[in-house]
Amino acid sequence: MDIFVQQLINGLTLGAVYAVVALGYTMVYGIIQLINFAHGELVMIGAMVAFTVINLLAAAGMPPLAVVLIGTACAVPVCMLVGYLMERLAYRPLRQAPRLAPLISAIGVSIVLQHLAMLVWSRNVLAFPQIIPLTTYTFAGAIVTGVQLTILGLCFSMMAGLALLVYRTRLGTAMRATAQNPQVARLMGVDVNRVIAATFVIGAALGAVAGVMFGTYYGVAQYTMGSVLGLKAFAAAVLGGIGNVPGAMVGGLVLGVVEALGAGYIGDISDLCRYGPLAGALGERCADGGHFVLFGSNYQDVFAFVVLILVLVFRPSGLLGERVGDRA
Amino acid sequence: MKSSKIALTLVAVAVGLIGCGKEEPKKPPVTQAPPAAPSIEIKIGHVGPLTGGIAHLGKDNENGARLAIDEANAAKIKIDGKDAKFVLVAEDDQADPKVGTTVAQKLVDAKVAGVVGHLNSGTSIPASPIYSQAGIPVISGSATNPKLTEQGFKTQFRVVGRDDQQGPAIASYLAETKKPKLVAVIDDATAYGEGIANEVEKTLKAANIKVLPREKGTDKTTDWKAILTKVKGKNADAVFYGGMDATGGPLLKQGRELGLKAVFSFGDGACTDDMTKLAGASAEGLLCSQAGLPPQAADKKFLDAYKKKFNVDPILYAPFTYDAANLLIEAMKRANSADPAKYLPELTKLNFKGATGNIAFDEKGDRKDAEMTIFTMKDGKLAPIAIVKGGKTTDYAEFMKAAAPAPAAAPAPAAEPAKDAAKK
Amino acid sequence: MNRGKLLWPGVALIAVALLLLPFALSFAGTAWVRIANFAILYVLLALGLNIVVGFAGLLDLGYIAFYAVGAYVYALLASPQFGLHLPFWVILPIGAAVAAMFGVMLGAPTLKLRGDYLAIVTLGFGEIVRIFLNNLSQPVNITRGPQGIAGIDPVRIGNVDFSRSDSLLGVVLSGPMKYYYLLLLLLLAIVLINLRLQNSRIGRAWEAIREDEVAARAMGIDTTGMKLLAFAMGASFGGVGGGMFAAMQGFISPESFVLVESVMVVSMVVLGGMGNVPGVILGALLLSFVPEILRWTVEPVQQALFGKMLVEPEVIRMLIFGLALVLVMLFRPAGLLPSAVRKRELTHDRAS
Repeated sequence: MDIFVQQLINGLTLGAVYAVVALGYTMVYGIIQLINFAHGELVMIGAMVAFTVINLLAAAGMPPLAVVLIGTACAVPVCMLVGYLMERLAYRPLRQAPRLAPLISAIGVSIVLQHLAMLVWSRNVLAFPQIIPLTTYTFAGAIVTGVQLTILGLCFSMMAGLALLVYRTRLGTAMRATAQNPQVARLMGVDVNRVIAATFVIGAALGAVAGVMFGTYYGVAQYTMGSVLGLKAFAAAVLGGIGNVPGAMVGGLVLGVVEALGAGYIGDISDLCRYGPLAGALGERCADGGHFVLFGSNYQDVFAFVVLILVLVFRPSGLLGERVGDRA
Repeated sequence: MKSSKIALTLVAVAVGLIGCGKEEPKKPPVTQAPPAAPSIEIKIGHVGPLTGGIAHLGKDNENGARLAIDEANAAKIKIDGKDAKFVLVAEDDQADPKVGTTVAQKLVDAKVAGVVGHLNSGTSIPASPIYSQAGIPVISGSATNPKLTEQGFKTQFRVVGRDDQQGPAIASYLAETKKPKLVAVIDDATAYGEGIANEVEKTLKAANIKVLPREKGTDKTTDWKAILTKVKGKNADAVFYGGMDATGGPLLKQGRELGLKAVFSFGDGACTDDMTKLAGASAEGLLCSQAGLPPQAADKKFLDAYKKKFNVDPILYAPFTYDAANLLIEAMKRANSADPAKYLPELTKLNFKGATGNIAFDEKGDRKDAEMTIFTMKDGKLAPIAIVKGGKTTDYAEFMKAAAPAPAAAPAPAAEPAKDAAKK
Repeated sequence: MNRGKLLWPGVALIAVALLLLPFALSFAGTAWVRIANFAILYVLLALGLNIVVGFAGLLDLGYIAFYAVGAYVYALLASPQFGLHLPFWVILPIGAAVAAMFGVMLGAPTLKLRGDYLAIVTLGFGEIVRIFLNNLSQPVNITRGPQGIAGIDPVRIGNVDFSRSDSLLGVVLSGPMKYYYLLLLLLLAIVLINLRLQNSRIGRAWEAIREDEVAARAMGIDTTGMKLLAFAMGASFGGVGGGMFAAMQGFISPESFVLVESVMVVSMVVLGGMGNVPGVILGALLLSFVPEILRWTVEPVQQALFGKMLVEPEVIRMLIFGLALVLVMLFRPAGLLPSAVRKRELTHDRAS
């Protein structure tokens, strides 16, 4: 039982990181129906900038918490700037173009950002200085670290903040208006370009925070980290219902838990030697405590894609999303 | 009709060149230098990824070969009565099998006398038939996949231990000294990681130790917690991970965070000092293996020369490529010829004392009785604790004592490695 | 336009040039023949993808999966892995058929998806195929996983072994040169199929679906069947390309079939001009030779300017790819050599 709880905690923490990244996807998609393929790269840049700052300050011997906070404070504006430039240069001119154009442009942006980051930070895996002392708590037989709790807390507060922004502020109202109908929003006096740019910048800021979370939690960062993380977060956003803020959160957490439980249990479940008659049929493979595992943790990365495909095919609106019209 | 113009030019060019293309006979490489010339240029190829994710390892390999070549040039070797001038032709295969065959062809076109490389098994395997057809010997200093020399090409050699030599070494050490009852074997689903993990599993099972079904991440995995939690749930008392330090470090760190008490062991990909940076204090006490003798035991001279020339320490396989290049040169010297057809037989029977220990090839082109060194992490530094050779484990301190006469012989001043010193 | 008058002499000239090209190249080194072979292989792939992306307008980011399937079919049927050694003319069609089956498998559930969702799903599909190939070494060893399959038979016709040199009427034909002609033959077939399709009933149906699926269905086009046909045909070309790759390399492993390769083929189609056969060929040739050109220029230039290499050619290549994708979308959305229809509609779109 304690192992199960531990897996849940693992999954929730991983899911919280996915969720914060997914928020960025969902905001942009919600407003202009663009899959910002390069969002994962923003997360990577956030982690990289934070790495540089944290590395410098840790050497100077400042207190860990201050170091991480300053690191985040530096990463966020950098990512916001990159996010703004991205929107301004690569997406805005294509807003009226056929759907595939901005998507292809986004792939291009992603490749460029990745390789620029490589030139700046090298190809090597960067190891974050291990400054945060390991504090552990025991909960129902499972071990929770302080960093994990912080990540979970941050994730929820960020989602709440974002929901407040979208549903309770003027900017949020303008965003929702633009999402529904840009032309009418413009007639109502909404500066559509500014609202869209603001969406990108906020998404980028969230990405930066996710990057710092990722870096401090796992202790490593590399210029390629954005692509897989981005894809999984996108799957999470779709799972929750793309365009829906709480949905991204739910999607992220669910995906994280699915991955953790999948990697933790699918190997045992698909071990044919556990099933009497099959074990007999397999003969010596199962003899003497042998195993015949069909799927193991090696398929961990497949889960996200399978979830993505199943959701898109059977319930394109996701878990929490409303039915989206055929806007293509 | 721009295209027809282009076509015309192409035809013109083609017609102009066709004659030359036709009459190009298959010349035996090099050696054909006019006899009057007092010097002879011998090209030696090196292939490794100079771009891409493991470019730093590729550069390290190239440096090793370059050092050997520079030393050989400084030593003013005479071959066939002529002053030999060795030239390194360095190519970049980007660790991509497709590019690997193309650059292999380039080296064949350039009529190199021998090749050091490639770094990866994935590029070495498809390239080996190309070298074989051209009759050019190729020695890899880092491709560990057993398949490479199992293809039956007479020109393919390697000076690094195979996965099925290194895997058993660390596994038998683990089994003998830690006596685990249940071991979790994890790999990164790459050719290297899976290869070595398979051998470890085989050896452990042969020693009647139970092994959990294989768990796998990828070479980019950062979150190992799900797998490690499962391992913890099964109460494994040792973990072996086949993969690189970039993933091995986080694995180890997360294992300790989860309160896993098991012994962690790794292959040479994660047997680097970087493990301390990546895993922090958790790295303390890990076990890992490297093919060959530790630099301290084998050849201090190589280390110094490398450091002096390139201003960095060798990373991983540089001593092996250094040896590989020296082997080619040594074989040429013995055959008194740089013609692959003539010096290849010498290469196969060479018995050579290199920077990584004594080297001789078996009939497949693999290194005979390759030594493996077991390390542990102590105070943030890797320290050798044992040498495994031919299934026999010797304590490192004892090994050094037994080998004491050798270091005394080594300081003999020479620009090239003290060869033949340990000839049996 | 006096197109018709100049067309045939032009074609004839190109044909002669293509036939003589390997001799010219092998003068510079057999390596260049190999490079040309890979370029042709990419043209094959790009033309296959063009059917899906260019004709039917379905953005497929997992195209390399079909290439992988073709390669593995060839490898499994002609290597020591299962001890099978079928001749290549048996395997290539099987590879094409299996790849087509995978195409339908991908196409069927995703028929209803919109353009960008489809792109992501195909991307996921490509990764799933690669992950499976990488992991099917357990519990039963089918693909040998990351170790890859070695010792794959080269193409053999009678006594002629394509991995060795032969001399024919006093002319030395190296292995890569023989592959060149075989690839050229395949290329010719695929170009012809592409050109015929473009102006056929099927081609027009695809175009209609690309422009407006609802309207196309209203006009009585079987949109489901047509989309599946596009997937299947595109995939089968990928399968043939993969088979050739396996035969030429003699060794394959999943690391040759990564996402970047898919993106590369998409870039070729997009840069050259979606839906336009000469454009796609141009795009594929450009992108296959760019790395070679860069290797010969970037290094010396940097050495001369800075005394050392600051930016590797490989990185510059990727930066150029990325930038090219963005810039082409911004300034020449129909590609370098756009098809007439595309050009019209895209400029029209942007004006509105």
